[in-house]
Amino acid sequence: MTAQVITVTSGKGGVGKTTAVANLATALAIDGKRVVCIDGDIGLRNLDVVMGLENRIVYDIVDVIEGRCKLKQAMIRDKHFPEMYLIPAAQTRDKNAVSPSDMVRICNDLRADSDFVIIDSPAGIERGFRNAIAAADRVLVVTNPEVSAVRDADRVVGILEAEEKGNPLLILNRLNPTMVKNNDMLSPEDVLDLLGIQLVGIVPEDETVIIGSNRGAPVVNDPKSRAGQAFRNIAKRLQGQDIPFMDLNQQGGLWSAIQRLAGRK
Amino acid sequence: MMNFFKRKSSATSAKERLQLVLVHDRTDLTPAQLESLKDDLLKAISQYIDIDPDAVQIGLERDGRSQRLVADIPLRSPSHHRAG
Repeated sequence: MTAQVITVTSGKGGVGKTTAVANLATALAIDGKRVVCIDGDIGLRNLDVVMGLENRIVYDIVDVIEGRCKLKQAMIRDKHFPEMYLIPAAQTRDKNAVSPSDMVRICNDLRADSDFVIIDSPAGIERGFRNAIAAADRVLVVTNPEVSAVRDADRVVGILEAEEKGNPLLILNRLNPTMVKNNDMLSPEDVLDLLGIQLVGIVPEDETVIIGSNRGAPVVNDPKSRAGQAFRNIAKRLQGQDIPFMDLNQQGGLWSAIQRLAGRK
Repeated sequence: MMNFFKRKSSATSAKERLQLVLVHDRTDLTPAQLESLKDDLLKAISQYIDIDPDAVQIGLERDGRSQRLVADIPLRSPSHHRAG
């Protein structure tokens, strides 16, 4: 077994990176995959609370790097999925406590015993981001249909190109189909045209996401959640399955156009 | 005439503004730098051929993730030149 290392990044903060990581990891675990999540946001850790594991932290990634514990000791087993783990960020250290080569080494150690390693990148394009992409086999860029988020996503895509990190895949998060219909929100076609990268999924704006993070239970566990369904679909696409895009508002024209753009029918 | 009064949709504004911003972000050229590039280019070309500076169009265009500098520089016809 050799894991695929996937980094989730965005440029701008607050677009839903951590939510995406928690949901994709959980969806992959639901599909029976062995998953390790790494919180790459040193000093501002959050993946632990979103996953509901904050009370179980003993060691963190900086403890591993500085030799205070073994890698296995810093891996927190999920409450519901015994094959899913979290390696938390250090809360009281700064981003310079980790280097890109540390991340590469840790990911390589994890590859043998897992199917997916998912790294939650911090916002920005500085050290923490560089650490997060260092080991990535594949990068997912999360954005919202808003000018600031799209602009920052474009910067990140430019850096990934310059670093020859392969073709990043886009997650368009928090799309409001009604606003798109009223021409008051950038459509998926607009965002794809602007960014010029491949789409891996569109996640509709959905209250259940906040309810899920309130409880520390990612929405992919909720069979009725639309956002949960979108994340479950993305997880399947990451496993190489050809899953059609959801019809978010029964608007044939728009959504079939997106599917054409994304090269899936 | 109706279009003149009708306000552009906010999504259209967002897209148009982003198109411009992204081209400048990607090339690391400010609109002012582009203007000065255009002036230098025209000066250089004018040393060899007669052009109409007012008809020149130079701009950055987007094609997927790549940018290109596109210049449309109409030449003044030689006969016109001789006549003058």
